[in-house]
Amino acid sequence: MIYNMEFETLPREALEAIQLRRLKQTVERVYATVPFYRKQFDKVGVKPDDIKSLDDLRRLPFTTKQDLRDNYPFGLFAVPMENVVRIHASSGTTGKPTVVGYTARDIQTWAELMARALSAAGATRGDIIHNAYGYGLFTGGLGVHYGAEKLGASVIPISGGNTKRQIMIMKDFGATVLTCTPSYALHLSEVAMEMGVDPKTLKLKVGVFGAEPWSEKMREEIEQKLYLTAIDIYGLSEIIGPGVSVECIEAKKGLHIFEDHFIPEIIDPETGENLKPGEVGELVITTITKEAFPVIRYRTRDITFLNPEPCICGRTHTRMGRVMGRSDDMLIIRGVNVFPSQIESVLMEIDEVEPHYQLIVDREGSLDILTVLVEVGEHAFSDEVRKLQELERKIEKNIKEYLGISAKVKLVEPKTIARSEGKAQRVIDKRKI
Amino acid sequence: MKVEQISIFLENKAGRLAEVTKVLASAGINIRALSLADTSDFGILRLIVNDTELAKKVLKENGFTVGKTQVVAVEVEDRPGGLNKILDILRAANINVEYMYAFVQQSGNNAVIIFRFDNTDEAIKTLLENGVKVIEGERLYAM
Repeated sequence: MIYNMEFETLPREALEAIQLRRLKQTVERVYATVPFYRKQFDKVGVKPDDIKSLDDLRRLPFTTKQDLRDNYPFGLFAVPMENVVRIHASSGTTGKPTVVGYTARDIQTWAELMARALSAAGATRGDIIHNAYGYGLFTGGLGVHYGAEKLGASVIPISGGNTKRQIMIMKDFGATVLTCTPSYALHLSEVAMEMGVDPKTLKLKVGVFGAEPWSEKMREEIEQKLYLTAIDIYGLSEIIGPGVSVECIEAKKGLHIFEDHFIPEIIDPETGENLKPGEVGELVITTITKEAFPVIRYRTRDITFLNPEPCICGRTHTRMGRVMGRSDDMLIIRGVNVFPSQIESVLMEIDEVEPHYQLIVDREGSLDILTVLVEVGEHAFSDEVRKLQELERKIEKNIKEYLGISAKVKLVEPKTIARSEGKAQRVIDKRKI
Repeated sequence: MKVEQISIFLENKAGRLAEVTKVLASAGINIRALSLADTSDFGILRLIVNDTELAKKVLKENGFTVGKTQVVAVEVEDRPGGLNKILDILRAANINVEYMYAFVQQSGNNAVIIFRFDNTDEAIKTLLENGVKVIEGERLYAM
């Protein structure tokens, strides 16, 4: 089902005309209202008037997550705070989070995009949507929520956690659509089985899963275990939240990027050069309708490719491939962004341990498992097992407190963490995605 | 009255223990007593050797994390109730045993138990007051 027939099926030429008009407006606006962008554009000598075609976008500089951090919290807002009705932030728990703002119209835009996304996944106003994305500063919960309401479906704002209760509610309320991270979907299926609730007896028909990398193999597993069709959704708070792109249920092959609101590019992450359709590189997005927090050529760090081929669903918007990984060292663990440097900060605050550590990420069954290896120096060492175990618990507790994720801490002997070229390899990702 | 014990942090990996004993053997160090405490992830090897400083030095040179702790060696009558008598004394004085292990002696009528206490000085005082034989470090290293 196509929610917005007019805009989602625009002929390419008309779509590009709209994109150019909106791009010009956005560039003019950020140049006038955001000192950061004015400075950036001046640095490369491009004035808003120089944007005459969509190709001219390439003349503008990239915006990075670091730029967002440097302008923390509201430095990149393009409207006065009195026009900002909502603030979200990404999980930059020990460093500075990236903060994004929305005007009332931005919220409407976002709701529209999420309504489109849910429709593309096959949801209708007759559905009961069990929304197990986290509500709060994280964009997942509220993004889906507003979209579901806009669509006219019934939303169960269950948020994350308390899995047994979720199963009971899903069963009793007769949820037909499930929205959560893919790993949580699998966890739900396992807990349901443990509770003696066969997922077959639930009314679920569709799941809309995102916020972490997942694979075709995982899709098959979820579909078999939960008896539903699993749809991939993509988004990030810096752009708007969930609903930047979504798979259509007709093809389930690539995620349509809502191009009347976002202009996607793929670049070589090393050189910054633009790549051709089909070539794998880093996704860069420019927002062209956002009011409070527009971003120009934002480097998402997500690795994918673009596919402009027409789709059987009738949407003309280009598709992106499933996200294959990250161009930087950011890990997404159970939907939470984790940088090795955050673990480092946690360790640095504990006197007894050395800052030599390694993160091992693996997937056991359906859940991401993070193991943190920490070298034990003489300073931390004790001849009593209990004291070393207490140290492990302490580090685990601090990681949980600062980053919000559970990790297993394992003390290891000094120098056991391989140092290549003098620098330690901080992350070993064993997940097969 | 105290005895020096070295402890070594070991990951639970095949061959790690052998590496410790190899290092000690090549330095000509004799192990007097040992105990190994382990968890699923790591172990702590505790040793009493004839030359603590040298042992510590060579192990550190070989990249091991080494600690030094003071423990108490107690002579226990080698008959039923021998150990119980000592533990009763400690209980009466409210002294907690962190861990303990036996020292195997080839000759003599008494066994030797190595104790690690929270408060070593207090423990030695109590044991002596109750007529328990506490062995000097020097004597033990040479046994």
